[in-house]
Amino acid sequence: MSTETVDARHLLCPLPVIRTQDAMARLTPGDSVRVLCTDPGAIHDIPAWCRVHGHEVCDIAEQDGDILITVRFGGT
Amino acid sequence: MSEPRKAVALISGGLDSLLAARVVMEQGVQVEGINFFTGFCVEGHTHAIRKKDRALPKRNNALWVAEQLGIKLHIVDIIDEYKQVVINPKHGYGANLNPCLDCKIFMVNKAHEWIEANGFDFIITGEVIGQRPMSQRRDTMPVVARESGAGNRLVRPLSARNLPPTLPEQEGWLDRGRLYAFSGRSRKPQMALAHQFGFEGYAQPAGGCCFLTDQQYAVKLTDLWETRGTREYDLDDIMLLKVGRHLRPRPHFKLIIGREEGENRFMEGYRKRFVHLIPLSHSGPLVLLDGEAGRDDLELAARLTARFSQGRDAERVTVEVTGKDGAARTLEVAPLPAGEIPSEWYL
Repeated sequence: MSTETVDARHLLCPLPVIRTQDAMARLTPGDSVRVLCTDPGAIHDIPAWCRVHGHEVCDIAEQDGDILITVRFGGT
Repeated sequence: MSEPRKAVALISGGLDSLLAARVVMEQGVQVEGINFFTGFCVEGHTHAIRKKDRALPKRNNALWVAEQLGIKLHIVDIIDEYKQVVINPKHGYGANLNPCLDCKIFMVNKAHEWIEANGFDFIITGEVIGQRPMSQRRDTMPVVARESGAGNRLVRPLSARNLPPTLPEQEGWLDRGRLYAFSGRSRKPQMALAHQFGFEGYAQPAGGCCFLTDQQYAVKLTDLWETRGTREYDLDDIMLLKVGRHLRPRPHFKLIIGREEGENRFMEGYRKRFVHLIPLSHSGPLVLLDGEAGRDDLELAARLTARFSQGRDAERVTVEVTGKDGAARTLEVAPLPAGEIPSEWYL
């Protein structure tokens, strides 16, 4: 199982979603992506993207304006 | 039993593409969605930037549509490739800098490449004859099919019965009799069909979903091209055209003046790339100076910064001016009176 980190800070949606999608395309079921972003819209959009693709949002954490969203590849 | 046919639907996030995809899904076709991000999309960015818009429901409409349909949605970044469409549209512009026909041809072409790479059979769009003055006319819809390369693999389920049969209809993958014959600008048939399918809460954007259709935005983009002497742009350029007041007091520089807290915060990410000004003695906007400015120009920029601060009626306002090298100095200036700001300065 591998974990990839995506730095999407200062990008506005849907770019954090696209960067997440691009990273997930390189991974396999069980792998994870940690997305670091600043656009609050990503809190809604990345989970929505995960729902339609069958991936899992493991955690959403916010600190000092930065948002860290951890996504696990769901095997679809 | 044979495998179901597969189609990709161009999903904008609006009602027509939602219905078009659903109409085809009703016939047992496996559908996935594709959504293109040009950089000029209205939704998302402006809502994220402006604080006053943060009370609006947070959702990406294309993703919302995909959830309603229960389909996958592939969001594709076409920012760089799309420049050729904006800068040099073969079929010209609409009322502003909107190259709607070239845009549709480009997106259908990208979708055609996608179906070929992914083993899909045909493409769905929500186009309706007569719905849009440039790209959705009886005479231009065949142009989209032909010049995109999609040909008869392009299906418009909402207007299909007004158009020649496509390959999926000829092959019996789709029953033409269960497609529609919508035309014109009325939204009533679509709303009735949405009701029939049980769709509620779909997006109905006023004024379109692309900044290139916006007159004020087109003026700012034209100004950017003219002052640079080249019709080029990057993502940061088109993002900054979406925020702030833009004033060009001199041919060799313009000011981008934050209008509220959300815009100021967004513009902070660009401070290191621009000379920037901010009032210290009063609350007020972050101002980015785009271009070259001498001493007199900086004085004028500081007076304009003061004008748009809470100190606009004060005798003097202290403004901090920071260069691209990070060196800062302060200027004590009188706010420029409103009457001394010609309307031509506003872009």
